[in-house]
Amino acid sequence: MSVDRVYSEPHLTFSRFNLTWAVLPTYILHSTFTMEDYKPPALPSPFNNTTPPPTLLTQGAEAHLYKTTSLNPSIPAALKIRPSKPYRHPILDRRLTRARITQEARCLAKLVREGVSVPALLALDWEGHGGQEGGWGGAWLMMEWIEGDVVRVALEKWEAWMKKASLDDEQTQAQEARVRALMRKMGAAIGALHKAGVVHGDLTTSNLMLRPVDTNDTNEVGLDGDVVLIDFGLASQSAQDEDRAVDLYVLERAIASTHPRSEGLAEDLIVGYRDSYKGAPSALKRLEDVRLRGRKRSMLG
Amino acid sequence: MASSLETINLPHLPPLPIHVAVYRDVQNAAFLKSQLLAGQPEYEYAFIDASMVLSRAHVIAAVFRALNDYSHSRLRSHNVHSEIVFSLNPTNNIAESFRRFGITDSTKDLLVIKVSTSPEITHETVATHLGSAVEGTSTSFDDQTLFELSDITKIKKSYKLGSLASPSKAADQIASKENVEIKQRLENALLGAIALRGS
Repeated sequence: MSVDRVYSEPHLTFSRFNLTWAVLPTYILHSTFTMEDYKPPALPSPFNNTTPPPTLLTQGAEAHLYKTTSLNPSIPAALKIRPSKPYRHPILDRRLTRARITQEARCLAKLVREGVSVPALLALDWEGHGGQEGGWGGAWLMMEWIEGDVVRVALEKWEAWMKKASLDDEQTQAQEARVRALMRKMGAAIGALHKAGVVHGDLTTSNLMLRPVDTNDTNEVGLDGDVVLIDFGLASQSAQDEDRAVDLYVLERAIASTHPRSEGLAEDLIVGYRDSYKGAPSALKRLEDVRLRGRKRSMLG
Repeated sequence: MASSLETINLPHLPPLPIHVAVYRDVQNAAFLKSQLLAGQPEYEYAFIDASMVLSRAHVIAAVFRALNDYSHSRLRSHNVHSEIVFSLNPTNNIAESFRRFGITDSTKDLLVIKVSTSPEITHETVATHLGSAVEGTSTSFDDQTLFELSDITKIKKSYKLGSLASPSKAADQIASKENVEIKQRLENALLGAIALRGS
């Protein structure tokens, strides 16, 4: 990423007066600078008068994720905001935002009813009002806060730890067995999701969380705990083998590209999935086709 | 009579404190309902049948939804208090929501909510008026009491959640891990239904 796009002001000073790095303010070198400098869109009401204000965690193309408190001040909650997109026609913008946020909320509510481990839906407003002007400012959705790391972070920690630790074959196998157990749990969680008639649409190791359990062994990297599925922004209700197979295929590819060391262990994902519900074998059969042709169906003919 | 009116400032919302009281063995439910139907301004409360309420979080989710709609001038019913009762309902039928969740002539246990929509409405004024208006035993607004008073079967029927397990009220099971989880799952399903109404 080029510097001038992110911090335009400091860059101007840098080029115009040709300062050396030594006299540049030190904050420019801080990696946190971008986060501090970035101004997210104003929060929709009522969160513009929340004290303390919600803290921004991540941002995607469609939504911002904040941490705040739930309606019980002692319990935290996740707040997902879909800000309005000023380049879209206002009527279309509202309609798309409303359709997408209610779709996500319906999926969450359905999965909670079916007992799949997902964050509970706490509150929702599909026509949120913007900060100062009081007009349309986007929609928001409040969810249960899930403690713990996403699986991507847990696997990265594990891979880094495996690199450092010099283990003999037997120990390596014991460690890999732990990852295999995690993969099976992930497969089972996805099976439960598909059984409930929902497909996720964007399964990656960043959209699976590990809710930690109390462990007495602090020596090892935590891979235990319940797998919780998050981010249903692209989810839809479907019971078709094709959609289910694509879900699994996308996750397989995500594991292969982000966790090369764990790639060989991903077959346990399928093992965990196969036994999770009645329709699983036929979805897995379709997965073999999808693997050969990719995520998109052929557009020929 | 010592009143146990609780005043709550909900997070996120503009300064709109709410006053909540729970009464058991209410004797004059029919009178309260007639006053409400006559539109007496001093009887403008959200009177909720406590048997239809599972927990604090359940009521507060409905209150939050009503107050959020109120502060954006999107009320579907007459006032913010009727909107609270309406918000408890999972469907869009206002009359049905009053029948199901509101006070009826046979209501025994009553949950009363008043929103401080104007500065004249304070903890003291609400406590004084409720103390003289409601003939019942005041008790505290907590999860244990609400769960005790709740009619799980009726709640599940209203929200069409028949497939979910019912938490047990038996003294030896009430605190067990499984029972707490069953109750939590039912509560989460209720919150989802309240949030999604009308979507």
